Amino acid sequence: MGVGLSDAICCFLVLKMARKLLLENDHIEGIRYYDTYRKNGGYRAAEKALKMTPEEIVEEVKKSGLRGRGGAGFPTGLKWSFLAKPDGVPRHLVCNADESEPGTFKDRYLMEFHPHLFIEGLLISSFALGSNTTYVYIRGEYAWIPDILEQAIAEAKNNGWLGKNILGTGFDCEIYVHRGAGAYICGEETALIESLEGKRGNPRMKPPFPAVQGVWMRPTVVNNVETLAAVVPIINIGGEEYAKIGVGRSTGTKLLSVCGNVNKPGVYEIDMTCSVEEFIYSDEYCGGIANGRKLKACIPGGSSVPILPANLLLKTAKGETRYMNYESLNDGGFITGSMMGSGGFIVLDDNQCVVRHTMTLARFYNHESCGQCSPCREGTGWMYKILKNIETGKGKMSDIDLLWDIQRKIDGNTICPLGEAAAWPVAAAIRHFRDEFEWHVTNPEESQNRNFGLAHYADPIHVPAGA
Amino acid sequence: MEIKFSEQKLKEVNELISHYPEGKQKSALIPLLHIAQGEFGGWLDTPVMDYVAEILNILPIEVYEVATFYTMFNMKPVGKHLLEVCHTGPCMLNGSDDIIDYIKEKLGIGPGETTADGMFTLKPAECLGACGYAPMMQLGKTYREHLTKEKIDKLIEELRTQSSN
Repeated sequence: MGVGLSDAICCFLVLKMARKLLLENDHIEGIRYYDTYRKNGGYRAAEKALKMTPEEIVEEVKKSGLRGRGGAGFPTGLKWSFLAKPDGVPRHLVCNADESEPGTFKDRYLMEFHPHLFIEGLLISSFALGSNTTYVYIRGEYAWIPDILEQAIAEAKNNGWLGKNILGTGFDCEIYVHRGAGAYICGEETALIESLEGKRGNPRMKPPFPAVQGVWMRPTVVNNVETLAAVVPIINIGGEEYAKIGVGRSTGTKLLSVCGNVNKPGVYEIDMTCSVEEFIYSDEYCGGIANGRKLKACIPGGSSVPILPANLLLKTAKGETRYMNYESLNDGGFITGSMMGSGGFIVLDDNQCVVRHTMTLARFYNHESCGQCSPCREGTGWMYKILKNIETGKGKMSDIDLLWDIQRKIDGNTICPLGEAAAWPVAAAIRHFRDEFEWHVTNPEESQNRNFGLAHYADPIHVPAGA
Repeated sequence: MEIKFSEQKLKEVNELISHYPEGKQKSALIPLLHIAQGEFGGWLDTPVMDYVAEILNILPIEVYEVATFYTMFNMKPVGKHLLEVCHTGPCMLNGSDDIIDYIKEKLGIGPGETTADGMFTLKPAECLGACGYAPMMQLGKTYREHLTKEKIDKLIEELRTQSSN
């Protein structure tokens, strides 16, 4: 009995002690500076990696199962292996630090508080890819962060980790921070490349892919901040060990940035084994819904992924527990599921209006459309106007179908994924909250004074027999 | 105002240009426009853009088309303090609309307008990546987060005092 109980407690502790790899040293004062970072095991991975061959590093990253942390979730090792290596043509690693997806602020956290972890990841990745000049494209609004990064780069350089002939390997590497100037679209890799070339952020047609013709038509790899930071623990513990953390194809750890109506908004590192319910209600993470209110809805992976009502967020349509990982969040596809995306976790309580929230997102995408493709340029504006009408009590019932029609005509008909990013939130809001939209139309006056409320959105899911 | 960078700024400009491959100096355009906007009155007048074009040895139109694309470049004069309040989804959930209304009322200006004394411009902004610390605004190089009406009062007071000294 006694043994059984202590086993249970041990098991409980193991379950509660989620593995941290990126924010492991978050509590250490001064970890932002070189000396403290180095004393706490910093640049150990770089030492190890610089003794390996670039191919061996790529192999470790492949084995780790690391998937791009910017939103698309594409396997990083595979992306690296596509990089063309023609003789005599320089190639570049470009870090996408444009972080602009509403709900997402995790890269900011890494760069602000763990700049050396990030730079170590950049150095190892640059070595693996043969990039002698690496750029960090950071959104212009994060105006104070380039100073932090440049200070860390100078410290790294003074200690021999950047510059010429690093650690006597013959490898040269410089890292430059390049500021953008306010354009969500520059988070799309080809728009980012255009912007880095000093142009408008208009996405390019693919192919050719950046791996063949990227910045200045040279082979280029574009990776997110968190992705590159994750290369450090991968080298430290090895790709195979990294792949053991998490579940299935969701390997390693993931940073989540939580916002909206929770008690503890902020950045959390999870190992992708906890349930959505635990993530929202446990004190280790979000600490429950703020002000004693109830959970109504959530966008789990940044504003462009489908919004889910409380019941479908916590359980899948099959009535199974939903977990915080790529596969489980996606369970049910677009009909009853959502996506991990960028990890921007937006929580709405029962006093929030889904129509108004969707309207702000439509306004965002309309503002951020580059204007190249007409379905996106025109469609995002129409969606915003129609949503504004519905929200302000001037909508017609046919507007809801019209919205549906417009989002369908944007989806898949644009050069870059901004079209989809704009269409999906509208589609999912109508799919799951249609009666809230209809209530705005049928109650134009009442809807200006109160919100629709929780309604049936948290009711237990009916699972048909045999499903 | 003479449109010319100081010696020190020119050094900074040349350092920036050196970050990019030979002949690809146009890549320094956005960083240069940030410097130019900071140096020449907080916005990009045509002569300023022409000056940047001249430094980078590119056509003026190449500068105009970029300057007009990016939100952070102001194409007309703005107040001494630009209050950019985010109002996208996550900030809206935490009351950013009330903050914007409060600033409007307090300063007697609408979105995009500047106070008569040229001190403040209000600009509702789209997501600035501070969603967990909402509501928030960008003020120059910094973010002001967890905004309340009291904080707005204090901030505006501070900025007024700072400018009158």
